[in-house]
Amino acid sequence: MTERPDYKAFPDQRGHFGQFGGRFVSETLMAALDELETMYRRLKDDPQFQADFDYDLAHYVGRPSPLYLAERWSEQLGGARVWLKREDLNHTGAHKVNNTIGQALLARHMGKKRVIAETGAGQHGVASATVAARLGLECHVFMGEEDIRRQRLNVYRMKLLGAEVIPVTSGSRTLKDAMNEAMRDWVTNVDDTFYIIGTVAGPHPYPMLVRDFQSVIGREAREQSLKQAGKLPDALVACVGGGSNAIGLFHPFLEDEGVAMYGVEAAGDGVDTGRHAAPLNAGRPGVLHGNRTYLMEDENGQIIETHSVSAGLDYPGVGPEHSWLKDIGRVNYVAADDQEALAAFRELTRVEGIMPALESAHALAYARKLAPTMGADQNLIVNLSGRGDKDILTVADIDGIEF
Amino acid sequence: MSRIQACFEQLNTDGRKALIPFITAGDPNRDVTVPVMHAMVAAGADIIELGVPFSDPMADGPVIQKACERALEAGTSLHDVLAMVTEFRRQNEDTPVVLMGYLNPVEAMGYETFADACVSAGVDGVLLVDLPPEECEQVVPRFRQRGVDLIFLVAPTTTDERIRRIGEAASGYLYYVSLKGVTGAASLNVEEVAARVETIRNLAQLPIGVGFGIKDAASAQAVSRVADGVVVGSALVNQIAANAGQTDAIAPAVSAVLAEMRSAMDE
Ligand SMILES: Cc1ncc(COP(=O)(O)O)c(C=O)c1O
Repeated sequence: MTERPDYKAFPDQRGHFGQFGGRFVSETLMAALDELETMYRRLKDDPQFQADFDYDLAHYVGRPSPLYLAERWSEQLGGARVWLKREDLNHTGAHKVNNTIGQALLARHMGKKRVIAETGAGQHGVASATVAARLGLECHVFMGEEDIRRQRLNVYRMKLLGAEVIPVTSGSRTLKDAMNEAMRDWVTNVDDTFYIIGTVAGPHPYPMLVRDFQSVIGREAREQSLKQAGKLPDALVACVGGGSNAIGLFHPFLEDEGVAMYGVEAAGDGVDTGRHAAPLNAGRPGVLHGNRTYLMEDENGQIIETHSVSAGLDYPGVGPEHSWLKDIGRVNYVAADDQEALAAFRELTRVEGIMPALESAHALAYARKLAPTMGADQNLIVNLSGRGDKDILTVADIDGIEF
Repeated sequence: MSRIQACFEQLNTDGRKALIPFITAGDPNRDVTVPVMHAMVAAGADIIELGVPFSDPMADGPVIQKACERALEAGTSLHDVLAMVTEFRRQNEDTPVVLMGYLNPVEAMGYETFADACVSAGVDGVLLVDLPPEECEQVVPRFRQRGVDLIFLVAPTTTDERIRRIGEAASGYLYYVSLKGVTGAASLNVEEVAARVETIRNLAQLPIGVGFGIKDAASAQAVSRVADGVVVGSALVNQIAANAGQTDAIAPAVSAVLAEMRSAMDE
C-alpha cells in the first residue's frame, strides 16, 4: 500500500470503488436506481430514519450481538484469544436481517407494496420474508432449484412467513441465477416493487447501502473489543460470499492500521481443482449483476459454475468493495475448502456448544490456522455470521444419516 | 457514411420502415446462423441483430435465455460470432449487422481487440445491454474512431435528460424498449409507444427502432406506422427452438414469419 486512501469517501458519486462497482444494468432500471439512490442519500443523514433503524435492531433483531470469548477453543488452538461476534444470535439466525430491516424501511419510505429477494442459503430469503411479514408487504423470493433442495428447511420457513418461493430453473440453478431472475422480475414490476438485494453486490447504490446497514457489526465489535479486551483486535476474520458480513465487520476498522483483515472464500473441492467459489483468489475482473468486480469466468467471458458445500457462498462474483480492498492490499483474501469448513463446523459445536452456519465455518476454518501463529496477548475476532440449524440436513447427508 | 445510416436514408427515400430481426448466434449450432441470416435478408430484413450468447442474460425472457443456453452448449464464443459475420459478408456487403449482447464477453476479449475485430469482420453496430452511457467513456471513442456505431436502449422509464445524453453517446439508431420487462414479454401498447417515440424524436436526432413485444404481422405493422424500425426477436427464436431438431426447417420457418411482417409493414 503506497498511500492510505480515505476509505469513507468510497464509493465515489457514481458508485465506483477504484475500477470496481458502478451501475451496469439495462436502461429500464436506471431510473429506479437513481430514485433509490436519491432516497437513500436523503434518509441516511436523517436522524429519524437512523433512530427507526436502531430501534428495530435493538428490539426486533436483539442487538447488540455479544462478542463472545471462545476460551476453550482458544486454549485448544494455542495462540491468540479468539472472540466470536455472535450474529447467529440475531432474530432469524444470521447477519442478513440487519440489511433487510434497513431496506424494508427504505421500501416503506418509497411507498412500495411488494418486495422481492434472491436467496442462496435461504437466510436472506427468510430475513426478507420476516420483515415483509412484519410490514405487511407482499414478498416473492427467487431461489435456485438446487438450493431449494439443499435448504428445504429455510424454504418451508419462508412459506410459513407468507412469502412465495419461486424456483429458478435456468443456468446453474443456484444463487447467481436467482439474482438474474430477481432482476428480470424487477424490470417488469419496477413501479410497485422494491428489490431487497442480500449482499454487497448488484448495481450502485446497493453495495454502498448494504454495507452501511451491515456496518453495525463492526461498530459494535470495535466498541466491545475496546471494552472487553481493553484494546483493538489484532485480526478480523469473516467468510465472503457476496461479502456483506465481511464488509460489515471490516468497514469500521479500515482506518485502524494495526488491525489485519482476512476474508475467507469458499475453496469447494480446492482452489486448484477449479471446483470452488473463490473469485478473489482465482478469478479476474469482469462485469456481472450490475457491477465490475472479480468473477469466475472462462476465457470467453462466460460465467462458470461454482462449487461449495455452503449454498450461501456459492456465488461466482463478490462485492466490488472487496475487489478494491484486495487490489489496494488492505484486506487479505484467503480460502477454506469444504473439508476444512466441515471440520470447523464440528469442532466449534463440540468445543463451545455453538453450531455455526457452514458459511461461517469457512471463517472459523481459517481462524483455526491463524490463531496458533499469533501470541497469547493477541486478539482475533471471527464473524460468526449465522447459526447452523439450517445446515443440519446437509451435514447429516454427508454423514449418511437419513431421517 | 455508415452502412446503418445509409440503410435508413435509403428506406426513407423509398418510404419504407426498417425490419430488424434478432437471432442468437450459434443457436442451435454454429452452422445454422449464416444461412439463416441470408434467408432473413431474402425475406425482407433490412438490418440484422445478432445476439452474442451469454451465460447470464439478465434482460432476456425464457425464449432468448434458452437460445443462449443452446448456443453456449454448441460452444459459441464471441470469436465464433465475429467469424460468422465475416462469412456472411462474403456474399452480402450491404445489409448492416449489429451485435447485441452483454458486456462481459467483450470485456474478456478487450475493448480494443473487439473494436478492431468488428471492423475486420464487417460488424456495423454494437448494442451492449448492460452498458449505460454513464459507464461507456472507455468504449465510445474506440468505436467512434473506427466508424462502428454504438446503439443504446431507451426505456419507458428513461427521463428526458437521459434521452438527451443517450442521444449524444449513440449513433446509428436508438432502440426503444416498448415495455417494462424482459424480451418476449406481453404485448406492447401502440398508443403509448407512439407518444414515447414522439418524445424521443424531439430530444435525439437518430432513427428509432422499437423492440420487445412485437409478435406478429399485426404488431409489426402497427409499430412501423409510428417508428423508423421494427425489431423482432423472440417470435423468430421461437421458430428456431421449435425446429432445433431439424435444422433444415429453421430458415424457411423464420423466413415465413418475417415475410408476413414485411408485407404487412409495406401495405
Ligand atoms: C450465515 C451466512 N453467512 C454468510 C453468508 C454469505 O453472504 P455474505 O458474504 O454476503 O455475508 C450467508 C449467505 O447466505 C449466510 O447465510
